[in-house]
Amino acid sequence: MNAHTEAALRKQDDPLWVNPEIVLPLLEGFIRDEITKVGISNVVLNLSGGIDSAVSCVLAARAMPPENVTALMLPYKTSHPDSLGDAQTLARQLGIRSMTISVTEQVDPYFEKFPDMTPLRKANKMARERMTILYDQASALDALPLGTSNKTELLLGYGTIYGDMASALNPIGDLYKTQVWQIARHLGVPEEIVSKKPTADLWPGQTDESELGFTYEKADRLLYHMIDRRRSRAELERLGFEPAFIQELENRVKRSQFKRRLPLIAKVSMRTIESDFRYPRDWGR
Amino acid sequence: MGFKVGIAQIAPALGDVHENMKRIERCIERALDEKTDLVVFPELALTGYTLKDMVPSVSLRLDSPELKRLMDASERLSIAVGFVEESPDYRFFNSAAYLEKGKILHVHRKVYLPNYGMFEENRDFAAGSRFRAFNAEFGRCGILICEDMWHPSAAYVIAQDGCELLIALSCSPARGAQSDGDLYSADAWQTLNRVYAHLYSQYVLYANRVGYEDGVGYWGGSEAIGPDGSVVARAKQFEEQFLTAELSSDAVRRARIASPLLRDERLDITLRELKRIDRKREK
Repeated sequence: MNAHTEAALRKQDDPLWVNPEIVLPLLEGFIRDEITKVGISNVVLNLSGGIDSAVSCVLAARAMPPENVTALMLPYKTSHPDSLGDAQTLARQLGIRSMTISVTEQVDPYFEKFPDMTPLRKANKMARERMTILYDQASALDALPLGTSNKTELLLGYGTIYGDMASALNPIGDLYKTQVWQIARHLGVPEEIVSKKPTADLWPGQTDESELGFTYEKADRLLYHMIDRRRSRAELERLGFEPAFIQELENRVKRSQFKRRLPLIAKVSMRTIESDFRYPRDWGR
Repeated sequence: MGFKVGIAQIAPALGDVHENMKRIERCIERALDEKTDLVVFPELALTGYTLKDMVPSVSLRLDSPELKRLMDASERLSIAVGFVEESPDYRFFNSAAYLEKGKILHVHRKVYLPNYGMFEENRDFAAGSRFRAFNAEFGRCGILICEDMWHPSAAYVIAQDGCELLIALSCSPARGAQSDGDLYSADAWQTLNRVYAHLYSQYVLYANRVGYEDGVGYWGGSEAIGPDGSVVARAKQFEEQFLTAELSSDAVRRARIASPLLRDERLDITLRELKRIDRKREK
């Protein structure tokens, strides 16, 4: 049993523990309600073989008739073959529709034009290609694109703006990664998916935690006290968090704020979108 | 005197008064079928909650055709309902009307508009300035709207004003999933409702909505609490439901004999001390 499995089995006295009896009806209701009130009955999502999209997918298949859920598998030639296999297994188990479309032919010609592209640029480009497929298929299937970004990566900015961060609805965006693990366990997501090391599969051998330089569990603990509980720097230090780590996460959250907001609009008129033209997203729904 | 109340735990359509009128009128039909004497709807039942800049386009004057229709319906049963009220001087209130025998008997304008965290009601609404109980067919009533209930002074004033039946309308969002018991919001509200019912020996009718707006789920759990703090009836969470409960002024009488808290309340001391505190604050 690795650290992530243990995290998924966490006890109820842990501050990060969430009650599945409360969370599941809330999230399933969210998916059902926000989709059907737009007059749509289908949902589509990118299923990577990782834990986040697996949990979003299971929630969707519980909220909607499984035949109304479509999973897209969009591998690149260097993607780990297990990712695709695990995604396909899950889709079969859930009885949802699925489609595999390689993005290799789509991105390689572009990569060839810019041979000096860094792995990060390539990763972002691929994430955005996958987004265009997600939105196109949503249109073809008369479906809403479902998001798969968890609260940890949204807060740390560990995602591609207008790439994997793009969706119409995100059922797991208010759950930290460790909470996603816990819920995944509860939902019976296959062990291969729950226990694999989290990776964006950006390049062979990549893992999130080695790239970030800390574990999700460590980050989640600090983020929970910092964001959810609004604890001061002094309180966080008293809880045993290292000052350098507090600073690092604080910087990450601040630096990535742009990813969580619409683009800035230069104000000219008396009524400007966002600043003084404010309507709910569900306007007219 | 015994009477039957209904609480319509509905999911209003956001910003669609026409549609909500239809839904409310269907609930009134249901209430009549179930022979209820009073039906209570949630906060902003005629409009939905997350209105933002829609507020002026969904507001109703007290002489609007929509309220007239509900007044007409109140010939057959009493109705408490939340809506956006537009005053003659063009202010917009988060209000609730109590309709009885074809008339508007009372309007409460929400006093405490939450403006913190996920709420920004102060931007969109004008605040009310009164807490008053009023005489209705089924005894002396008071209305509070959501955040008003989080200020014990509001419930205190209404209780001192003779309230026997406190009607609390809300749009309470589902928040907090880390308890191994109930949702944080449910736990908090159930505590408030029971405390106010018990301490003021009055009925509390809590009407909360369900449905989702902009990702926020409203948890329902509407309830009727007896004047001894006991749960008379409680609705399910997250589902539309028409909840009914049989109430009786006899129960209020018995509770006030058992614990004469209101009889013994020293309003004079409270007033004197509050004035002293107020004088000190001004300096």
